[in-house]
Amino acid sequence: MLSSMEKSIAELRETFKNGGTKSISWRKSQLKALLQLINQNEDSIFKALDQDLGKSPVESYRDEVGVLKKSVTYTLSCLEKWVAPKKAEVPLLFFPAKAEVMPQPLGVVLIFSSWNFPFTLALDPLIGAISAGNTVLLKPSDLAPACMSFLVETIPKYLDNKAVKVLAGGADIGERLLQLKWDKIFFTGSPRVGRLVMAAAAKHLTPVTLELGGKSPAIVDTLSTTPSKAKVTAKRIVGGKWGPCTGQACIAIDYVLVEEKLASTLIELLKKTIKRFYGENIKSLKNISRIVNKHQFQRLVNLLKDPNVADSIVYGGSVDEEKLVIEPTILLDPPLDSEIMSEEIFGPLLPIITLKNIEESIDFINSKSNPLVIYAFTEDDTFKKRILSETSSGTVTFNDSMVQFLCDSLPFGGVGQSGFGRYHGKYSFDTFSHEKSIMHRGFYPEIEPRYPPWTDFKLLFLKLAYQFDYFGLILLLLGFKRS
Amino acid sequence: MASEVEKKAVFDIDSAKEVVQELRASFVAGKTKDYEWRRTQLKAMLKMMDENEPQIVAALRDDLSKPELESSIYEIAMLKNSCKLALKKMKHWVMPEKAKTSLATFPSSAEIVSEPLGVVLVISAWNYPLLLSLDPVIGAIAAGNAIVLKPSEISPATASLLAKLVANYMDSSCIKVVEGAVPETTALLEQKWDKIMYTGNGRIGRIVMAAAAKHLTPVVLELGGKCPVIVDSGINLQVATRRIIAGKWGCNNGQACISPDYIITTKDYAVELVDSFKCELERFYGKNPLESKDLSRVVNSNHFARLLKLLDEDKVSSKIVYGGERDKSNLKIAPTILLDVPQDSLIMNEEIFGPLLPIIMIDKVEDSFDLINSGTKPLAAYMFTNNKKLKEKFVEKVSAGGLVINDTTVHLAEPTLPFGGVGDSGMGAYHGKFSFDTFSHKKAVLYRSFAGDAPLRYPPYTNGKLRLLKALLGGSILGIIRALMGWSKA
Repeated sequence: MLSSMEKSIAELRETFKNGGTKSISWRKSQLKALLQLINQNEDSIFKALDQDLGKSPVESYRDEVGVLKKSVTYTLSCLEKWVAPKKAEVPLLFFPAKAEVMPQPLGVVLIFSSWNFPFTLALDPLIGAISAGNTVLLKPSDLAPACMSFLVETIPKYLDNKAVKVLAGGADIGERLLQLKWDKIFFTGSPRVGRLVMAAAAKHLTPVTLELGGKSPAIVDTLSTTPSKAKVTAKRIVGGKWGPCTGQACIAIDYVLVEEKLASTLIELLKKTIKRFYGENIKSLKNISRIVNKHQFQRLVNLLKDPNVADSIVYGGSVDEEKLVIEPTILLDPPLDSEIMSEEIFGPLLPIITLKNIEESIDFINSKSNPLVIYAFTEDDTFKKRILSETSSGTVTFNDSMVQFLCDSLPFGGVGQSGFGRYHGKYSFDTFSHEKSIMHRGFYPEIEPRYPPWTDFKLLFLKLAYQFDYFGLILLLLGFKRS
Repeated sequence: MASEVEKKAVFDIDSAKEVVQELRASFVAGKTKDYEWRRTQLKAMLKMMDENEPQIVAALRDDLSKPELESSIYEIAMLKNSCKLALKKMKHWVMPEKAKTSLATFPSSAEIVSEPLGVVLVISAWNYPLLLSLDPVIGAIAAGNAIVLKPSEISPATASLLAKLVANYMDSSCIKVVEGAVPETTALLEQKWDKIMYTGNGRIGRIVMAAAAKHLTPVVLELGGKCPVIVDSGINLQVATRRIIAGKWGCNNGQACISPDYIITTKDYAVELVDSFKCELERFYGKNPLESKDLSRVVNSNHFARLLKLLDEDKVSSKIVYGGERDKSNLKIAPTILLDVPQDSLIMNEEIFGPLLPIIMIDKVEDSFDLINSGTKPLAAYMFTNNKKLKEKFVEKVSAGGLVINDTTVHLAEPTLPFGGVGDSGMGAYHGKFSFDTFSHKKAVLYRSFAGDAPLRYPPYTNGKLRLLKALLGGSILGIIRALMGWSKA
């Protein structure tokens, strides 16, 4: 007796086997339907995001709706190109031969998404999976319940039910899904759960993409350039910390590195910018999301409990438990061994770490595990080169924050503890595809030395052949070379 | 004279930890990132092979009774080619790749930079013990990593030779060979690596991936499967037969991951096919193939027993139409063909990896595609046909790591094709630039300037900003102008 979950998955497998997702026209129709879904339900999406996270429509459009529309449109315009086989060069020796690489769908894929960008992180991978011709089971996070319900109810109204399914539920459903065999698992979330996903996938030899997190630092070296550049730097830091879901984003700035002598300048600029963007204090807080739930709220509050950490607060620090709000908070040099400096913060607390010399930021960053992004505000080309070659991260963005997410031609993914695999643009298509090698050969001419019985002549022939020494081969065949 | 008993150091978890620590220190010091270092190591590897060809051939003969030609060509020559290709192309591979930027991030420039992953572990197999050890190492060196190579203990002569040669020719502070069996491999797998590449079977592949999961280490698994060969009629049967033989018995006597495992052909064509095989096999290996010097032996008694079990199963042993002879003391089994074995026999349910070739018969050639797809995805699939439509169907329908039409195994030698499996036959790919890429992290880099800081990104959030954002993300210049002019609908 199969459970309803197993029946659903069996249906996905059947649909894939029968070629239901293969045709480009099917894929395009699904992508267009997804675009329609987003266009026709914008208000409901804004409402769900406000309910779950307190996101304003502009933030929701900028980080979720707009990103998705752009992603679908881009994929629709490139799909035919991506699906086409790519020719591979073949050396003369194999003549006549044709070689190519053809992308093929992997089959039935499982996508786990996270609660902080409940639409983007669910639907952007979905776009990739559909464009590559797979059937999909999407498991959104139950920590954003309104968004999850919306997806469960609305996707079946627009997309092919036999090929795309959405399953509601919590960690227990996730665990049950992991017991089954998938052709690919795409996971966005924490390293802890990432390990569990990969370990479960190992039992079935299922390839995985893990989009995890880390402490993404911002190196600040542009405060002593011009006042306008310093202002823009501050805006981009504030926008990159509290802009995305009040810091609850894998690519949010986690902490800042700045030279000692410029720390107070930075703090003043940040304070001014925070007030202008978000209001004077916690009572008048606006244009900012809230903390997703009590559990996360408590975790963040606990980071501030350590008296040495609390002492380092230079701005903010107020919390409102009822509304699940923590105001933008800046800390100056909290102890490096405190939890706030060893765990990914994922919230509206911004530690500023001062250094004697900004170049020390390289060693500082390298003392921690590889982050998803390194942000570096600097105009020093030598320093830029050093950051690129001496640190390792998923991405490096110079002189801005967050915007790399919008660049479809850049692979988005981590390295080391921040994950492996990547997506966005064509990388999404590739991540859900198998690149099949194909070689076409003719029956003529035949190369006799391929076959036994082995002789010295054949050995010499093959040695020359493998070196692509065509001239030597001719000499050998004409009898001018001796074994 | 009292004999001195040398205390053999046990390679345990602590030893493994020390090795990784040493390599990490070398990596962090930048030794392996240095472009000249990479070139020096690859040149040293070339020299290593040039100067030790007889020893390598001898070790392969010890381990596998591999004929000299197979060792020279399929191991040494292929490796040298791989090395030379890396030396030639590396300067292009290490260059950053420019990436396009869109209106949404204007003004900006973007690139993708390849960087080494760090300290990597290569676990190789026993059947091509030189090639499958050093070919991945070439990629790892070219990409700038520090490396531990763990060759298979089932080919011990080659493993020790590798350990000796690598220590003599290459930089031991960055590239090490660890010999041993299960305990040593387990100790290595406990450590944190930046990438693990494993070539072997699915059972161990699962263990490797589970161990990697603890450290979130990405893996490449080059596994196996039952590589089918579909044989249509209306082809040059002699050429097809020879190419199948070359890919089967000519590749380590069928003990290769891409060897043809079984044949599918029509009932009408089967007899002709079998006759062709008989003729060509005798031409290649003589009337007494057990005595032919041109065939590798079965690697060890475990595999010998395993293969006999497949061959001697009741429902199968009566289906032998050619061969079946065995020589236990020399671990040899003659090239054996079986016709019309039942689908539920042992031989049709595990990867054969040996000199036995079952032929399955079907009514129409088209039926073979569903038959293949009913099993797990193999590493390679082959088809001999002149029918264009059938070729297209084969390419479209059959999912495998790689496909070859009208030949077998040759795609391995083509460095512009990614070599790897799908599903049960593995994940990830290598060869040529794909080796470099597999051991690299492709870091995305976005350069932005301070000019053009759009206030619409920042709060306070207003309807006007929303309109403008929509237009900007929509990428339409007209839309942006309209939004700026306030003509767009909210």
